[in-house]
Amino acid sequence: MNARRALLMALSAAALMPAAAGARTPIQPGRTGPRAGYFPNAVFETHDGRKVRFYDDVVRGRLVVFNMMYTACAGICPPNTANLMAVRDALGNRVGRDVHLVSLTLQPETDTPAALAAYARQYGTGPGWTFLTGQRADMEQVRRKLGFYDTDPAEDGRLSRHTGMVAIGNERLDRWCMMPALTPHKMIAHAILNMA
Amino acid sequence: MSSTGLAQTGEEKINERINEGRRGFFRRSAVGAGSAILVEAASVPPAIAKDSEDGPASPSTRPFIEVLPVPMIKQPLAALSPAPAITRGDGECGRDDHQRWGDFEPVKLYELHVKEALHSFHRDLPTQPVWGYDGIVPGPTFVARYNEPVLVRIHNDLPANHIGWGSPEITTHLHNLHTASESDGFTGDYYSATRYGPTLTGPGRYRDHHYPNCYAGYDAYPLTHGDSREAMGTLWYHDHRLDFTGPNVYRGLSGFYLLFDALDSGDENDPNPEALRLPSGVGEYDIPLVIQDRRFDRKGMLYFDPFNSDGLLGDKFLVNGKIQPLFEVERRKYRFRILDGGPARFYELYLQYKNADQEFTYIANDGNLLPAPLAMKKVRLGVAERADIVIDFSKYPLGSQLFLVNKLQQDDGRGPDDKLLDKPVQLLRFDVKAEARRPDNSRVPARLRELPPIPSAADLKKLRTREFEFDRSNGGWTVNGQFFDISKPAAQVKRGSEEVWVLKGKGDWHHPVHIHFEEGRILSRNGKAPPAHEAGRKDVYVLVPGEEIRVFLRFRDYEGKYLMHCHNGMHEDHAMMVRYDVVP
Repeated sequence: MNARRALLMALSAAALMPAAAGARTPIQPGRTGPRAGYFPNAVFETHDGRKVRFYDDVVRGRLVVFNMMYTACAGICPPNTANLMAVRDALGNRVGRDVHLVSLTLQPETDTPAALAAYARQYGTGPGWTFLTGQRADMEQVRRKLGFYDTDPAEDGRLSRHTGMVAIGNERLDRWCMMPALTPHKMIAHAILNMA
Repeated sequence: MSSTGLAQTGEEKINERINEGRRGFFRRSAVGAGSAILVEAASVPPAIAKDSEDGPASPSTRPFIEVLPVPMIKQPLAALSPAPAITRGDGECGRDDHQRWGDFEPVKLYELHVKEALHSFHRDLPTQPVWGYDGIVPGPTFVARYNEPVLVRIHNDLPANHIGWGSPEITTHLHNLHTASESDGFTGDYYSATRYGPTLTGPGRYRDHHYPNCYAGYDAYPLTHGDSREAMGTLWYHDHRLDFTGPNVYRGLSGFYLLFDALDSGDENDPNPEALRLPSGVGEYDIPLVIQDRRFDRKGMLYFDPFNSDGLLGDKFLVNGKIQPLFEVERRKYRFRILDGGPARFYELYLQYKNADQEFTYIANDGNLLPAPLAMKKVRLGVAERADIVIDFSKYPLGSQLFLVNKLQQDDGRGPDDKLLDKPVQLLRFDVKAEARRPDNSRVPARLRELPPIPSAADLKKLRTREFEFDRSNGGWTVNGQFFDISKPAAQVKRGSEEVWVLKGKGDWHHPVHIHFEEGRILSRNGKAPPAHEAGRKDVYVLVPGEEIRVFLRFRDYEGKYLMHCHNGMHEDHAMMVRYDVVP
């Protein structure tokens, strides 16, 4: 079997493991929408201390912009976050209203809600931009579902070379695309507005 | 897709439904403003292949029971209202003025309506919604002639409230006509009645594309209206909407555009002694073939994964929109214009008779006639590459069957394996059904079209040389370490100049690199002269991992923004593209 199949099977297996430590939240069926059967409804914690169901509360019916980061990243995360700040500024008061920014941590063990809150404060990301952490198996499953992976398992395992893409989705229209987080911010903002 | 939890439950339900019985049921699909397309989803035969990470295994379909569709030829109109003009008209999107309108006043007017319609890929699968130029997949075939400029008004009638992959704004690229930037389908020039891309100034229901149908070198060779050695024959048109090119084309947005001139005249009985008299009659003995791989879900509906940025591989092979069709032929010569319509797969095509590879005559690469025909037994195509070949069916007895097959193994969207399949995949069957109805006066002369000269080695060294590295970075695809920036050209090239562009492939990925606007000449691949069939003019250059291709280019007759990009639909949407500008 080729590398891609091996990697995806490994990720699926990890998601199914009822391990003692870091047990995966049991999946409960979400309410219907185009991607209800696609995204899990695992429970995540936000940087501002709320518990949310991934599909029901974060995705369903929304225009969402996802990226992946971790607070200790000294590589691409700082420029990515800075560029997304410029995107947020270009979108103005639509952020938190009809556009939602969501950052998922690649290091859920260390990136507690408090750590993410500190990161958000440090950058001044503001309302409408939510940082999520949770069980690793759940984060891995969401990461795979959003297309934030490399089919080369060696590459995929290298945290320092993690994805620098953003996934933009209008879940109501089931319209999804991806682009680099370092795309000029005006292009990202324009793409988001044209999907609204 | 590999499944856990919810997905499995959904799939179990669908399997139950399939096993229930033969009753069809209706499913209401995406609803546009006021329009609904009802789809009958009959029971579909279960898949015999396994699911892969690229998606579900398509249901099985019986091979060679569909007849190859031969594209209808697009007919011109007497007039367009509002009349086309240099500046955008009432209701037209915010485009720039047409350059050189007076030099190329249109002699033919056309109108295309891009819309959602129903299509049958195969009678074993449900008839289902697609997006098509004039509602057909592939779109109608344009038959055009050099020195006969045309204007094509392209309406966007796609449903604004479209649900699902793809985005209902369009910008149409005619690959690879020598045309002004504002008619080239620049990726940011997408439009609909309510939305517009970053390089337009406003939305609109339509856009006028001005196709001069002039030879490149128009300014340099005024007496002959351009350099006739720059003629192209087989072009194709397709959507090029920023970020959604892959899915929009996958939904059906492509068609052919054929060009003829005094030499490649389209008349095998042409009394002009200069005429080549290649097999002629578009749809009769001159047949365009677009090969596309696709995947269908368990209900038999077209399947696409918007979360894939490597390259989607299908397990069903369409030729001119039908899965594994057959084509009845007479015992005479035919010209086939073969296009790899993507989204990502590479092909190595052979013609087989009784499982033995047959020789055919290769005459054109990327729509450009070679100086002389080549006897070949295989053709390798990357996405967007074209090959014109002539097959002489008079060599085979009545009742023979021949197969166009693919032997190239590919399991990964990033590129083919270095292996040939043990069992070739049969794409199209030719049934030798009848004697030639009329005498076959077509020929393939020993000399086709002369190539324009290129500078000597010494002169090439004096030219501006630019390097472009195609690589991957943090999940996206880069050119010179950068992602696509629509407002900043990666190169500003002086109009009328000549340059050498060096394309370099990093990592272990294949990239079919396409340069808009001008055909180029491969000077070398990794320092060696290109093979004979690549020694003429081309516009798609397949970069193999670690390879360096040197391309000679001229940039003539127009100014404005153009594109160079990887034509793997998933790579170009994940930013493997650059803007280049031709400047005064």
